[in-house]
Amino acid sequence: MPVMEYIDAIRLAMKEEMERDENVFVLGEDVGVKGGVFTTTKGLQEQFGEQRVMDTPLAESAIAGVAIGAAMYGMKPIAEMQYSDFMLPATNQIISEAAKIRYRSNNDWSCPVVVRAPIGGGIFGGLYHSQCPESIFFGTPGLKIVAPYSAYDAKGLLKAAVRDPDPVLFFENKKCYKLIKEDVPEDDYIVPIGKANVLREGTDITVIGYSLPLHFAMQAAAELEAEQGISAHILDLRTIQPLDREAIIEAARKTGKVLIVHEDNKTGGVGAEVAAIISEECLFELDAPIQRLCGPDVPAMPISPPMEKFFMLSKDKVKEAMTQLALF
Amino acid sequence: MNAKNSTQTKPKHEQLGLSDAEVVDMYKYMLLARKFDERNMLLQRAGKINFHVSGIGQETAQVAAAFALDRERDYFLPYYRDYGFVLTVGMSLKELMMSAFAKAEDPNSGGRQMPGHFGSKRLRIVTGSSPVTTQVPHAVGIALAAKMQKKDIVSFVTFGEGSSNQGDFHEGLNFAGVQKLPVIFMCENNQYAISVPIQKQLGGKVADRAQGYGFPGIRVDGNDALEVYRVVKEARERAVRGEGPTLIEAMMYRLSPHSTSDNDLAYRTKEEVDENWQKDGIPKMKKYLIEQDLWSETQEEALSREISQHLKEAIEAAELAPFPKPEDTLLHVYASEGEV
Repeated sequence: MPVMEYIDAIRLAMKEEMERDENVFVLGEDVGVKGGVFTTTKGLQEQFGEQRVMDTPLAESAIAGVAIGAAMYGMKPIAEMQYSDFMLPATNQIISEAAKIRYRSNNDWSCPVVVRAPIGGGIFGGLYHSQCPESIFFGTPGLKIVAPYSAYDAKGLLKAAVRDPDPVLFFENKKCYKLIKEDVPEDDYIVPIGKANVLREGTDITVIGYSLPLHFAMQAAAELEAEQGISAHILDLRTIQPLDREAIIEAARKTGKVLIVHEDNKTGGVGAEVAAIISEECLFELDAPIQRLCGPDVPAMPISPPMEKFFMLSKDKVKEAMTQLALF
Repeated sequence: MNAKNSTQTKPKHEQLGLSDAEVVDMYKYMLLARKFDERNMLLQRAGKINFHVSGIGQETAQVAAAFALDRERDYFLPYYRDYGFVLTVGMSLKELMMSAFAKAEDPNSGGRQMPGHFGSKRLRIVTGSSPVTTQVPHAVGIALAAKMQKKDIVSFVTFGEGSSNQGDFHEGLNFAGVQKLPVIFMCENNQYAISVPIQKQLGGKVADRAQGYGFPGIRVDGNDALEVYRVVKEARERAVRGEGPTLIEAMMYRLSPHSTSDNDLAYRTKEEVDENWQKDGIPKMKKYLIEQDLWSETQEEALSREISQHLKEAIEAAELAPFPKPEDTLLHVYASEGEV
């Protein structure tokens, strides 16, 4: 099994799906000749040609809207938003159109589009190359939203997204692109949408999250186990819409102490919904108040290194929160 | 004097490749759309239906455009005033009435959407929404998909002149221009975006904007059915030849209020509206047909009676039809197992 970076896994997923199904195509800014500003689509245009790996005009609503039209016709478009910070011009197309096409047509039309967008900071991207926009789309029924943590999941979830009959937002973490390197099978597999994944079994505290911060949680858990004998149970949501309610409840019950982590800011984030589910379903099985460790409620992440560091989660911050919860 | 016999040249519709029967049919659909629209206004006033958004004054261009397309294969993205268009491409009065009454059998949305929000996969009418102009990039995407699959079809999309100010209009047209896609953009310039007149909407002509996107922009009298037919037909021919998109600005006037919730005399005068009734394309078409010996007052009366009867049947069917089940509100958020 080859070792590859998270970004390679995303590229491989697109390549495999394009080889498998000629209706799959990629469109976006700089995805063609350049191979994407992060190299996510590198080499795809050489293999599949200009039409199936299409450099588009710089206009995000058209990228989404054209992809939606093509999807309704029967194609399987993968629309790339260069940074999730720049996808807001496409929000009307995603929320008013893609999310509602099946519903509003009473199941006559469907919109199997994938919108890929890099999220997250820690790369000195400043306010507009660092954001996590999940909460803007979260709570819009009709959309599925996935946010892989590992290279393995990135490949399997993207392949599942391409094959999904409904619109899927694929939030890939740009800090993970090169940071995460692991074994990824070269064969055809999918990671099912809607299923959370237990990353680590534990008995003292439960950490629930998605995307990059789970790496901090995993590192912190290893240290806490070795240093203090604290056993952490870690659940990766993987799909943030629809949430895997059963897995969340099971993970919360497992230890009775829950910490939710995400980089998107705290207020109105996915974590609030996760906490609400736990409160509704198993409040009296908890031994501590539900904790959230999230990005601060400021408009976005500043570029200045100490400010960026202040904003970002880290192993140390997550470890501290986990320790406090264990001690409660 | 009979126009047909008074000249050596062929009548205009024949020059355009329309048979006598087709041009008569065109008129029938125009009248059908008008009567449907008028009846819906009454149904709303009578409290039978909740809402109607009207297309009175726009039927001529809508029906003529539909005749210029391949009604068996092209894809259509009409906007909410396009009753004339959807009737012409195959939606029935009964189906439209099911939508007006928000009944379960409504093929557009199963009673979910406001009337005027068309959609039918069977007829290749692509489902639409209320935020205006979102359908323009969809039409471009369909044209792109058709081109990728080497199908010689076009997508045809309509919108109002108010919509021509939205970003999706510009983004969609530019994309289509870059890729030379087989798409026809038809602006139904009815001179009002609800209450705001064109002099407060447009700094120039809508048609002229096409120049900036590298393809033809044509302004046409939307009350002249045969002219609209000609420009749409030519646009379709260019599109299937691989010569790219066309923007058509059909000039017309919204003779009715914006919707049943609107009092248009709060922002325009009765004199202005009356003046525009004189330009209505439907009597113009009737006059042409009579001049060509293709139509008569007797036929007109018979057609009116026939339409009234069909309307009556459609309304009765829609009134009797069941509403959707309340709990069906929960269906079709996502595909069920095995659905595509």
